[in-house]
Amino acid sequence: MGARLERGVVIDGYTLEEPIHEQGMASLWRVSAPDQPSRVMKVPLLREGDDPTAMVGFEVEQMIMPSLHGPHVPRFIASGDFSAQPYIVMEYIRGDSLRGWLGRTPLDAEEVARIGAEIATALHSLHRQHVVHLDLKPSNVMFRDTGEAVLVDFGFSRHDRLPDLLAEQFRLPMGTAPYISPEQVLRIRNDPRSDIFALGAVLYHLITGARAFGCPTTIFGLRKRLYRDPVPPRARNASCPAWLQEIILRCLDADPRERYQSAAQALFALRHPGQVALTDRARKLRQDGVMTVTRRWMRTLGAVHAERWQSTAVQTARSPVVVVALDLHGSTEALLGAIRATTERVLSTHPGARLACVTVLRTSRLAMDVTVDEEGRNLRVLRLVELTQWARPLGLSEGRSTYHVLEGHDPASAVVGFVRDNHVDHVVIGARGASPLRRYLGSVSAHVVAESPCTVTVVRVAQTGDAEKDEEEEGGAEAS
Amino acid sequence: MRLALLTDLHANLEALEAVLEHAHRHGGAEQFAFLGDLVGYGADPGPVVDRVQAAVATGALAIKGNHDEAATRGAPPAMRDAAAQAVTWTREHLSREQLAFLAGLPLSIERGDRLFVHASAVDPARWIYVLSPVDASRSLRSVGAREIFSGHTHTPALYHLAANRSIGAFKPVPGTPIKLTSFHRWLVIPGSVGQPRDGNPAACYAMLDDVADIVVFHRVPYDTERAARKIRAAGLPGDLGARLELGS
Repeated sequence: MGARLERGVVIDGYTLEEPIHEQGMASLWRVSAPDQPSRVMKVPLLREGDDPTAMVGFEVEQMIMPSLHGPHVPRFIASGDFSAQPYIVMEYIRGDSLRGWLGRTPLDAEEVARIGAEIATALHSLHRQHVVHLDLKPSNVMFRDTGEAVLVDFGFSRHDRLPDLLAEQFRLPMGTAPYISPEQVLRIRNDPRSDIFALGAVLYHLITGARAFGCPTTIFGLRKRLYRDPVPPRARNASCPAWLQEIILRCLDADPRERYQSAAQALFALRHPGQVALTDRARKLRQDGVMTVTRRWMRTLGAVHAERWQSTAVQTARSPVVVVALDLHGSTEALLGAIRATTERVLSTHPGARLACVTVLRTSRLAMDVTVDEEGRNLRVLRLVELTQWARPLGLSEGRSTYHVLEGHDPASAVVGFVRDNHVDHVVIGARGASPLRRYLGSVSAHVVAESPCTVTVVRVAQTGDAEKDEEEEGGAEAS
Repeated sequence: MRLALLTDLHANLEALEAVLEHAHRHGGAEQFAFLGDLVGYGADPGPVVDRVQAAVATGALAIKGNHDEAATRGAPPAMRDAAAQAVTWTREHLSREQLAFLAGLPLSIERGDRLFVHASAVDPARWIYVLSPVDASRSLRSVGAREIFSGHTHTPALYHLAANRSIGAFKPVPGTPIKLTSFHRWLVIPGSVGQPRDGNPAACYAMLDDVADIVVFHRVPYDTERAARKIRAAGLPGDLGARLELGS
């Protein structure tokens, strides 16, 4: 089956130009075709007597890739069948994978968080498309010139809405030993939080230069991660900040329910280190004691953490990031109360939701430095205190809510920018009409509704009949 | 070519028309394959047979199902009461030409590496249900074809058989294109047009792109109330109408 692969060979109109590398069970070639940019052709390496994983993995990729879109995956171009030469042709992503960076580890914390945020963004995009990657590792992460992470190699992936050709076929866990999640070791293949675990393992490697779980080669060795926690990153690299250790160890929790519940929530933490709620995880400098590990080990006997029925998109959707945008001084108490009641309702339907409370400190167009002076700093702190105060009646547990004072001369743009950057699922904002700054604030909620790439709930206090009376009032804008 | 796969029509004209409309308008259907049980249960055997016959005249495939056979030969002793009553009623409401068309339908058709059959391919004339991965594996392993398209169970299903003989079952999600990859063998059950039984009353069919080897399962809501009313008005057993509204 198939032609010999060498320079100049033409397969279905694509000329093999140069081998890129062999990626596990496939070889990758840069190919050309008339009037087309360079592409990559992936050809499975099928040898006599081979383990069928190579072929099935190739079929899985052939099924899943055409359904994927967006900047975080290579664009699918064409595929060929086993009847002739099996191949997949896809977009050519220039440059090196993240694997090339491992030689320079340990990296500094800001760089690790930046890379982590790019990978989390890519994972969130994939999860929203019903796919769990299940083989996230440095060699499967590439970067566009524009900085976005691109995930490659979907040979072990699982699509919620497509048959899982791998599930029935193999009795061994599928994945790559240093990064594979405990659920995958138990052969559970439908939990997007498995990718969060692998993300933690990648970040661990980047900040410490070492692998969190080594590279076990036996099932027993793989099973250890069900109960044995890794050496804390700060014990290996003293310059790893507490917040980064908190994030990494949370991603690496053996119990998926203790991890970030969606990639967007991990992204949120990586983008806002100052807002990461520090727990014992952040402080520990050695692995858990024998008693804790033994207790965890007892629980793993016959344990299945993940819910078998769950789907990737459902898990992602029920762990939303909710933003409440508040104009603390331009809103009436009644409106602030109504926004709180609505926020409470939104959160109560999604126990996995995170709340980000946001307000905007207006900077003047002319005097951009207003916030760096003493007054500006004080204002920021004051607003943070006020946000916390506003949220207190919601009674959210630590780590479920964060507080942000954004800056900008246009509040609506600042809110929309925040919503886009953090892949927010739902915005709650007060309506125009209940505020003395009616005209001005009205444009804020309308703009946020029009521009946000997600659901926006606009809260309005029930009208009592004389609500028009404040229409003519004017007021000064805050901090301008 | 885009081939619309319809099975278990069961003389339900409302469901058939809704599916044909959907297949033309949204699926871009270029040809049709009817996988048996054109009649039985429903109140419009004549018009349904006429539509299928017209399609066959322009190249559509049609296979015989157990209800089509019963309509031409009489109900077999094993048939349940309501079904047997419907068979008798159906025979009386088909013309000689329509009965002859049903009698002349083949039990299976092979096109390249695809097999079209009403029930399990193990022995098409025995009308064996394919309800489990084991049944699907038997059906696939009894023939040389790489893909089987069948009906009879009234529930959409997709099975994939690997070279090492491991078989997987999948509950199709409507509207999602699925590549029937070539290292596996596949058994596709589109689900019933005229009497779905998976709790969803919407009519079922599937669309196959026979070049790209991509199948899409579809669900099409239709006027179940009208179809049920016609069944009751025809004097057929009333629960045959009720089950259309429940999809059971």
